[in-house]
Amino acid sequence: MKSEKSLVTRHSSPGSFLRAVGAIAWKDLASELRSRELLSSMLVFALLVILIFNFALELDVKTRATVTAGVLWVTFAFAGTLGLNRSMAVEKDRGCLDGLLLAPVDRSAIYFGKAISNLAFMFIVEAIVLPVYSVLYNTNLFNPGLVGVILLGSVGYVAVGTLLASMAVQTRTRDVLLPILLFPVVIPIMIAAVKASSGFLQGVPASELTNWINLLVVYDVVFVAVAFMVFDYVVEE
Amino acid sequence: MIEVRKLVKRFGLKTVLRGMDFQVQEGEFVALLGPNGAGKTTFLRILASLSRPTLGEIRIAGCALPHQAAAVRRRLGVVSHLPLLYGDLTAEENLRFFGRMYDVPRLDGRISEVLELVGLSPRRRDLVRTFSRGMQQRLAIGRAVLHDPDVMLFDEPHTGLDQDACDMLDKVLRDVAARGRTVVMTSHDLARIEDLASRFDVLSRGVISSSANRTELGQKNLLDFYRQSLQEK
Repeated sequence: MKSEKSLVTRHSSPGSFLRAVGAIAWKDLASELRSRELLSSMLVFALLVILIFNFALELDVKTRATVTAGVLWVTFAFAGTLGLNRSMAVEKDRGCLDGLLLAPVDRSAIYFGKAISNLAFMFIVEAIVLPVYSVLYNTNLFNPGLVGVILLGSVGYVAVGTLLASMAVQTRTRDVLLPILLFPVVIPIMIAAVKASSGFLQGVPASELTNWINLLVVYDVVFVAVAFMVFDYVVEE
Repeated sequence: MIEVRKLVKRFGLKTVLRGMDFQVQEGEFVALLGPNGAGKTTFLRILASLSRPTLGEIRIAGCALPHQAAAVRRRLGVVSHLPLLYGDLTAEENLRFFGRMYDVPRLDGRISEVLELVGLSPRRRDLVRTFSRGMQQRLAIGRAVLHDPDVMLFDEPHTGLDQDACDMLDKVLRDVAARGRTVVMTSHDLARIEDLASRFDVLSRGVISSSANRTELGQKNLLDFYRQSLQEK
């Protein structure tokens, strides 16, 4: 008989939950640092989108200022979808998702770990795209209010996207299914983010944009909470 | 250690397990045999809490599934025909990641012990994607025993391995079993599993149709026992 006590002794504490979240985020970032598959595809795609829009929308400076925010968020949304799909596909293809699900932690830790790494990838792409965008569209995108809106919008997008990507990855048509599931659900966040971003770019005072910013905050809180509650059912057969 | 009563699993209209009963004592090494599509993998996935049963009772080490799934997972190690490893991480990084997921104390020392057990110490800093299939499977066993589980589930671990890799895997499996763990393993390789297991159960048409331990099997060939079990049903 086995004489030694089981090595797993410290469980079900907030500490072990946070350690598991940290381990998943670290694993995704370390893997990506080696392969660069996900970031390179997101970046190339995002840069191509803004370049195409730059030539497609040959507008005067004033009109450009009004459409810049929309183009910016379309770029983030499309590039983000690529990243979300790839991030979950890596887990599924080699059966690694089962490896994660076998761990004796609350399965929402898997969700938060994946969401944190997805958010990190999204922020990296945004940090590279914004300066390029600023030059191509001759717009000052380095505005604290705008940066805040991008942070809030990205959190909401990734919160929903990570949950739906976990659902879509179980199907054979995952590449097609994710955008079909995701885009209708993120319409509120896209509208709020575009309106708030556009307002900041046009110099509208922050006090006049509070409704849109509040919508972003509420959306973020609601969808993080929903994902926390349903993730276990989404990933289990 | 494992107690299953009247287990039913349906996928839509298709019933895979039809009121299956199954018991395993502590320290037993049970080989679960059966033709393709008999429900062996489905059964192991239910034991591993990766899939919910439609009906029935399951207790592992005193914990009920699916309600105490986290407690069950704490005591389980699972190896399937897929390695469940990350190719872009090194062998050591993979074990470190899973060690953190299982909250294994004194992780550095434990990683060294496990790499030694599966014979991969010299390759600990190599990326897993550079490993052969056999080496990946040995590391998969290392991953599964890292938290020193009481119960091990193996789902056709020899799939896709060459003869040498199978022999090396068997050595590791014997070592794992010799430490008093309870083992349930599915396999189609009767010759190989005959030397490893202490009991042989045949799963056919969703239930255990026959069961025999080494003594009951006696001089009888495992292949004959297996064929007879399928015919009887």
